[in-house]
Amino acid sequence: MHSLGYRANALLTFAVTILALMCCMASLSDNFNSPSPSAQVQVLNINWFQKQPNANDEISMTLNISADLQSLFTWNTKQVFVFLAAEYETPKHSLNQISLWDGIIPSKEHAKFWIHTSNKYRFIDQGSNLRGKEYNLTIHWHVMPKTGKMFADKIVMPGFRLPEEYR
Amino acid sequence: MGWVADTVHSFNSIQLREVFNQIITLGLIVSSALVIWKGLSCVTGSESPVVVVISGSMEPGFQRGDILFLHMSKDPIRAGDIVVYNIDVCTIILFLLFCFVLDVDFEMLSNIILSVSGKDIPIVHRVIEVHDRKNSEETYILTKGDNNDDDDRIMYNYGQKWLQKHHIIGRAVGFLPYVGWATIIMSDFPVLKYILLGTLGLLVLTMKE
Repeated sequence: MHSLGYRANALLTFAVTILALMCCMASLSDNFNSPSPSAQVQVLNINWFQKQPNANDEISMTLNISADLQSLFTWNTKQVFVFLAAEYETPKHSLNQISLWDGIIPSKEHAKFWIHTSNKYRFIDQGSNLRGKEYNLTIHWHVMPKTGKMFADKIVMPGFRLPEEYR
Repeated sequence: MGWVADTVHSFNSIQLREVFNQIITLGLIVSSALVIWKGLSCVTGSESPVVVVISGSMEPGFQRGDILFLHMSKDPIRAGDIVVYNIDVCTIILFLLFCFVLDVDFEMLSNIILSVSGKDIPIVHRVIEVHDRKNSEETYILTKGDNNDDDDRIMYNYGQKWLQKHHIIGRAVGFLPYVGWATIIMSDFPVLKYILLGTLGLLVLTMKE
């Protein structure tokens, strides 16, 4: 009844239960944070725009992204993954989402940033529908916790338009 | 001398009863573990509701030994989601050969060598591109590890450019650090697994109360 093994077992069970409870509470405490992030994106230049030999349109652009995601950070936040996606509809596809740029924000100090970049991933359509196409640029963020539930949200910026001609 | 026989008899029956009791307890533990696992599968809609991260391709978000909780809801898969998909070993061996020939990305290679032991290896990566077909359920998905330089096309089957919905086992919704190390250590040193199982079994069988 009061052997060493029995006590060790009881202690271990208790420790694991407390640890699990603390993890749950840390994760739940994230719900009290009501973030108010902001972001702006500008398309500064269309570097080139062409049809690939396999008939898919590809475009390269220069972007200016500025964002303030400081309010996303809580004490249970390990990092924030942020990315910019172009989203548009074509006759064949109800939704196309193409990630153009992404970044990992390791801490609150780095969460207010400004970056001038050309697209990190290739912007290729499944087909040749990009001429004159209206599209949204959306900043998405995924909050990765130290433990518990992951959160995600986005800011949609509508009203961008691609050029009418290849260049 | 009747009482001696009686005592021996009752002693025997008690022992027998105890042995049965222990066996039933053991069975109960095993079956409740199975029930919990299968129950979780049902609730989350994913065939393996918990996965252990085995590679460093999502660092610094997920490290080797962290565990992820998966959920497979009806919601469509969107860019940014962290999904788990299976690729078969055959592909990985081809991929390894490819790496050796071209001498690329040695880190990734070592991670994969560590994990070529099971039949299917679940890969945990982030969706970076989605194309939803109109008038059909088809979705074309492209994934990439946060810590990798390139997307995953190189790891898909030869000639395969996109993942489809049926490749995906689940979407990561929750995260718990370090807990999976036990699994990793046990799959790296299988002897440990048998020692642990043996000791646990013995403990259960010999435990009083």
